Amino acid sequence: MHRVRKKRLIVILSLLIGGIGAVALLLYALGTNLNHFFTPSEIVQGRVKEGQNIRVGGLVREGSVARDQKSLKVSFDITDNQSNVTIEYKGILPDLFREGQGIVVTGRYAGSANVIADEVLAKHDENYMPPEALEAIQKAGHPAPVN
Amino acid sequence: MNMNSHWFIRFYHKMGSPKYFYDLSGRMMPYFAVIAVLCLSVGMVWGLAFAPQDYQQGNSFRIIYIHVPSASLAMSVYGLIAVCALVALVWKMKMADIIASSAAAIGAAFTFLGLATGAIWGKPTWGTWWVWDARLTSMLILLFLYMGLMAVRSSIRSPKIAAQTCHILALVGVVNLPIIKYSVNWWNTLHQPATFKLTEKPAMPAEMWIPLLIMVVGLYALFGFLLFLRARTEVLKREIKSQWIKEEVN
Repeated sequence: MHRVRKKRLIVILSLLIGGIGAVALLLYALGTNLNHFFTPSEIVQGRVKEGQNIRVGGLVREGSVARDQKSLKVSFDITDNQSNVTIEYKGILPDLFREGQGIVVTGRYAGSANVIADEVLAKHDENYMPPEALEAIQKAGHPAPVN
Repeated sequence: MNMNSHWFIRFYHKMGSPKYFYDLSGRMMPYFAVIAVLCLSVGMVWGLAFAPQDYQQGNSFRIIYIHVPSASLAMSVYGLIAVCALVALVWKMKMADIIASSAAAIGAAFTFLGLATGAIWGKPTWGTWWVWDARLTSMLILLFLYMGLMAVRSSIRSPKIAAQTCHILALVGVVNLPIIKYSVNWWNTLHQPATFKLTEKPAMPAEMWIPLLIMVVGLYALFGFLLFLRARTEVLKREIKSQWIKEEVN
């Protein structure tokens, strides 16, 4: 390779590597701050202060959904299969909300693993299948895939 | 190995000539057009009408047939621009600059399409149009990078300085590509991880992913067609004074 071109290539590549290094350090320093939500375990471990506005993500625990008959109030637990956080919410839940579903809740931490939610979003996973396939799985006696 | 005889090196040198590119792209364009029209119409009808519903999302999952190919192209086009930028900066190849400048607007359009279809899907599925999670935010930054490339190109009067500035911006922005790709694995995001991985079977049955694959092929062919169209116009503009163009036009 011609000497001038080689020099240009080296300068550009070192700039590129330097830039990537800088961004990598930045992302590393920001670390978990870039997470969109906390997991229930992180909350139970005391990573969140009382009164703080947070997002919690996890699965809706089976059998934990309790709806108020007269209003839109609902309470349920979010779990990561290690710890649980109880959510209280008043409003319309997304279509995909169901027990076992992955969701992300925005709200205020009320202490002792309780969150007063302002917003409940359903998290979709990377698995897709036709309804007939789900029926076939259930007929064969396997549990429904966890979302 | 004799470097001059290697097919890639020879191809590379030939592609450096605007005339060779003009001839070759002119011959390739009809094929790209046919592939694009065929694949996009077959994929669209198959995906939107015949592929089965999703067990959870129902019919709204069908937006995947536009969303995934657009988002994939948005990233590939940026990768192409970055490679062209490197070649243009180091080897001062004219054609690399022409390709990079022609591809930016198309990449921006596909990025916008990916973001828009994602938002339309997000509303019924997640319950919101937009969240500031790592995947969505890094994709928005990609759109801004494309817009930056277009703005720099048109706002600096000297074409040479405009090109150099664009190439440096394109190379700096390339760090965003792995961030987009791996954002869903590195951090907790609302956006789900990839359904398709090179090392594993897709998390989707064949009757769903075959039309998707057809759409991907079709959209890449469409990109090739549009890129050639724009790059050829750019070649004509820049080489207007050369003899071969005079012969071509007459």
